[in-house]
Amino acid sequence: MTMATTETSVTALRDKLGDRLQSVEEFRGQTTVVIDRGAIQIACRTLHDDPSLQFDLLAALTAVDYWPQEPRFSVVYQMYSIPRNLFLGLRVPLRSQSPELASVESIYPNANWHEREVFDMFGITFTGHSDLRRILMPADWVGHPLRKDHPLGYEEVQFTFNYDEIDRRKPYAKS
Amino acid sequence: MEHTAMEITVGELQHLVSQRALEGETMLLNMGPQHPSTHGVLRLLLELDGEIVVNCVPDIGFLHTGIEKNMEVKTYTQALVMTDRMDYLNNLGNNLCYCLAVEKLVELDVPARAQAIRVIMTELQRLASHLVWLATHALDLAAMSVFLYCFREREMILDILEMCSGQRMMTSYIRPGGVWRDVPAEFEDAVRQVLRIMPGRIDEYEHLLTKNPLFMDRTRKIGVISAEDAVRWGLTGPMLRGSGVALDFRKAQPYSGYEQYDFEVPTGTHGDTYDRYLVRMAEMRQSVRIVQQALDRLPSGPFISDNRKFVPPPRSELGHSMEALIHHFKLWTEGFPAPKGAVYVAVESPRGELGCYLEGDGGPKPYRVHFRTPSFAHLQALPVLARRHFVADLVGIIGSADVVLGDADR
Repeated sequence: MTMATTETSVTALRDKLGDRLQSVEEFRGQTTVVIDRGAIQIACRTLHDDPSLQFDLLAALTAVDYWPQEPRFSVVYQMYSIPRNLFLGLRVPLRSQSPELASVESIYPNANWHEREVFDMFGITFTGHSDLRRILMPADWVGHPLRKDHPLGYEEVQFTFNYDEIDRRKPYAKS
Repeated sequence: MEHTAMEITVGELQHLVSQRALEGETMLLNMGPQHPSTHGVLRLLLELDGEIVVNCVPDIGFLHTGIEKNMEVKTYTQALVMTDRMDYLNNLGNNLCYCLAVEKLVELDVPARAQAIRVIMTELQRLASHLVWLATHALDLAAMSVFLYCFREREMILDILEMCSGQRMMTSYIRPGGVWRDVPAEFEDAVRQVLRIMPGRIDEYEHLLTKNPLFMDRTRKIGVISAEDAVRWGLTGPMLRGSGVALDFRKAQPYSGYEQYDFEVPTGTHGDTYDRYLVRMAEMRQSVRIVQQALDRLPSGPFISDNRKFVPPPRSELGHSMEALIHHFKLWTEGFPAPKGAVYVAVESPRGELGCYLEGDGGPKPYRVHFRTPSFAHLQALPVLARRHFVADLVGIIGSADVVLGDADR
């Protein structure tokens, strides 16, 4: 019953984006549209502003790390339309060299904190973001914890006498 | 050695405060993270002009425990216990959200009895959560006795949770496929007792607060947000319904058989703290209604799916069934595999939309779990609600946002 309605959204996005819309995934009755990195703002603008689509609520924004595959990251958006009672997913694959993406804060103001969280946890930069600081981790934290190459525990404790020595053989990227 | 902690100076936050703060005309004041009315460890950087809040910059993360990262190294069954620890006033709701996501990912059916038990338990949990909200909100606004009354009633509900799951708070009662065990014999009487008492007690709270001029002075026209702004800032639940948008995922996208029950979605009109109070009070009455209906027609039958690929066999089978032993061993050592793919499930927590993004990679552990939590969204909108109000009213606004910091930080 919801199939027909996500169909109109996908068609509208396809008209607007052309070949910047890479594919449409259907899984367990949920539709996810995979789009190019450069098309995120126009896609969000279309979904938000088009009177026949009305995706007025950015329900969730997160990312997934597929290390060591390429493209390494996917930023995932979950849009919800209150008048049409419909969810639609957007997925933007990003390569590991320059994981950056345009911020959608100007369309959905609540993207601000969600993008900060993705920056904090994955090191993905959002261009045009008004306040891109860490949000959950301490400001002096090294690394991005939800990356798959970030270790989970079992680490030697660093004291002043062995800090540099342990730091040299730490496995994860120090960015 | 340059490994000293990085200091954040006001200069680094200058894009967040007004020019007047940099010239010393307004005052920057730190509120929290250890402050009784921030409902947990929330730090607010306030820019004040006298007693008026010019801006407020929430600083969260003090309760960040890396739950999403931790879940990636646990099996789907083990990861369940982490969800209890997020929103510690809505443990069963978190369990439910996660279990619904797992069930959707592996296409596991849940028996009717388990669905009804889930509804009863999460609605009782909603009552308990709203009681804590009312207690602390009233306490913040100097109504001490309401606090004591609410915690008295909450205790009855926590006793029921303990009766079923063995735990007052960290229940882990809802499992993929159903619930951990059937409800005990004394469950029905205990729930009926709550149902008998609650409507009168809600009247009692309303009698103390709803027409109380002191309470109305402190809440009406305080923290107003319009329906458009509420949607723009991603507010859901009572925060959104207080502004007049009747979005409730129990109605919009029914799960666990909510479509069978007759209940209303209360909304406000002004979008202020008082309307949000009224909405939550009405919701408590609706929860009582839902529990009543679910209990009256609680179906008999199994309380958990009998699909042995996902649900461990009962203890009694282990002694004489080889298959049961194999399934038990496989499920508790390796866990069950889930296919490659991602699902997003949204449920209505007492605070708003609780969403679970769950991605499987074909193995027995979740590849990525993300929780979209309502407290995170509501805290983000706090500056919008608090601007141009007195510091004393900020306390009421935080209370009416009903934030749980464990929910925001995860």
